[in-house]
Amino acid sequence: MVLPLPEETLLEMYWTMLLSRRLDERAWVLHRQGKIAFHISAIGHEAAQIGAAYAIRRGYDWVAPYYRDLTLMLALGYTPREFMLSLMGKKGDPCSGGRQMPNHWSLKRANVISHSSPVATQTSHAAGIGLAIKLRGEDKVVLTTVGEGSTSQGEWYEGVNWAAVHKLPVVFIIANNLYAISVRQEQQMAVANAADKALGLGLPGVSVDGMDFLAVYEVMKEAVERARNGGGPTVVEAKVYRITPHSSDDDDRSYRSREEVEQFKRRDPLLIARQKLERAGILTAQRVEELEQRAKETVEDAVRFGESAPYPSPEEAAFPVYAEDARYA
Amino acid sequence: MARITYREAISKALWEEMERDPSVFILGEEVGVWGGTYAVTRGFYDHFGPKRVLDTPIAEATIVGAAIGAALTGLRPVAELMTINFAFAAMDHIVNQAAKLRYMFGGQFTLPLVIRTVSGGGRQLAATHSQTPDVVFAHFPGLKVVAPGTPEDAKGLLKAAIRSNDPILFIEHATLYPVRGEVPDEEYLIPIGKSKVQRPGRDVTIVTYSKMLELSMKAAEQLAEEGIEVEIVDLRSLRPLDIEPVIQSFKKTNRAVIVEEGWRSYGVGAEVAARLYEEAFDYVDAPIRRIAQKETPLPYNRTLEQMALPQVEEIVRAVKEVL
Repeated sequence: MVLPLPEETLLEMYWTMLLSRRLDERAWVLHRQGKIAFHISAIGHEAAQIGAAYAIRRGYDWVAPYYRDLTLMLALGYTPREFMLSLMGKKGDPCSGGRQMPNHWSLKRANVISHSSPVATQTSHAAGIGLAIKLRGEDKVVLTTVGEGSTSQGEWYEGVNWAAVHKLPVVFIIANNLYAISVRQEQQMAVANAADKALGLGLPGVSVDGMDFLAVYEVMKEAVERARNGGGPTVVEAKVYRITPHSSDDDDRSYRSREEVEQFKRRDPLLIARQKLERAGILTAQRVEELEQRAKETVEDAVRFGESAPYPSPEEAAFPVYAEDARYA
Repeated sequence: MARITYREAISKALWEEMERDPSVFILGEEVGVWGGTYAVTRGFYDHFGPKRVLDTPIAEATIVGAAIGAALTGLRPVAELMTINFAFAAMDHIVNQAAKLRYMFGGQFTLPLVIRTVSGGGRQLAATHSQTPDVVFAHFPGLKVVAPGTPEDAKGLLKAAIRSNDPILFIEHATLYPVRGEVPDEEYLIPIGKSKVQRPGRDVTIVTYSKMLELSMKAAEQLAEEGIEVEIVDLRSLRPLDIEPVIQSFKKTNRAVIVEEGWRSYGVGAEVAARLYEEAFDYVDAPIRRIAQKETPLPYNRTLEQMALPQVEEIVRAVKEVL
């Protein structure tokens, strides 16, 4: 097997996926314990996100993610402690200081902007950032993500169309996990692959096995290079599966069978990554154990840190609404 | 001082700011080659080029959405929405995004965004092309809503808006574009969020803005012939609402008529009257009156349209009633 990236990079990718999974699992527990109000999960999406993250220049390129992108955010330098602050609505959460819902990321230091709760808004933001990059003559790229459900929105077409018309340096990722909350793909679109929608807009659309982090990386690398070199945008569909319910507010037993979930669990992206790295001789059972232990400690530390962090003071509700930070009644 | 039109004033403001600051650019439907539906950006495309005067697809949501994206990177987009009626197609971006990003991102990003748009009836463009829903947008904290009524204010306020680090909805009035007024020759800015006494008087306070300033001035002239001197306070921005000059005027006249082009229910009049009752109750000598659009969608037929829109005579009558 020819490795596309150095061993230590591959290990780092595996570690980030593992950490994301364990943090995510803990978030569900915290929700069940009544310690947080909301969580929306990345479980099953880790490989697609890590493959995308490592295809861009992290911290240099722009990222307009969606709420399922915990792994991507960790790869961009968002820390487990910060994630816990956000989940718990604590002061010091860099996304918003307890003002925005969890998982609606924004992180200026990593060029990450947030999105609205109505989905696909980040698609047009990404087109605008691409426009700004082009106006300035920079060689940056914008990575933006949506679930396949968001591709039903008019705005998704609007944003992708703009980028295609002006050959903007944007990569539009669709994480296709088959469900828009409870509505299956066949009820959402008549095409077999969400990426096929790119055909009508005049840009390349590529579908890839989103459970395989290296396959995603390869496809993404090409798309990012094309964007950076003036070749224009690409739609990349990563076929994944959401192993958990949509969010902490729904029960997926009402809309899909346990057999289906179990079937996809056999293609768990973490499992596939582990097998690949073990076969390549990069990962051993012992090393996995060590990483698991480290992940456990990291999660414990983050939870402790979050729980002991102060809440925002009540008067912080009043700002920052405007640039001058005025307190309008 | 030169006498120029409202259109020329806005155009000059844009031109000067684009010359001054290369991070300012324009995007919208028909703004480039054609020079804008209301001809505000005529000549811009040839001078500044297609990169800085961008003709967009008919996609209002993405005009605003893309402008937000560009503004987040530090550029200063001026997005044009052909009319405020089309802003409803971009509502999510205006309301859920622009108004809230600073707050929801905990102040990490600034959003130096201006959305220019056109409000108002009077041109027989009917119900979905003639609305004056300015207050809808003024409802949302995080946005600033500016609506000038004179060429001088239009120029100074637009230049200030482009230099501001907040998202601003800049509402021009469809029938004010050909109206002329004195505009200083030298460069000037008008701070956003300051009401202005446009006509001093002692008997009744008229509170208004945008096109209705013109009608109120006409009413004031008629009333002056009968010895009634009204004071006209122009709000100029609906958010922030600078109520202090209104209160000062009211404490002098003890009577107020509020004139707006939009519908009365939940409107500017409701807000201003409530503020006067709250903050100057002891000075009230007569019920505060509101003049506004009839509560129907705006009709196409000229007579019907004029019946629905506020008229000078109504203002005159209301002033006499509160005296």
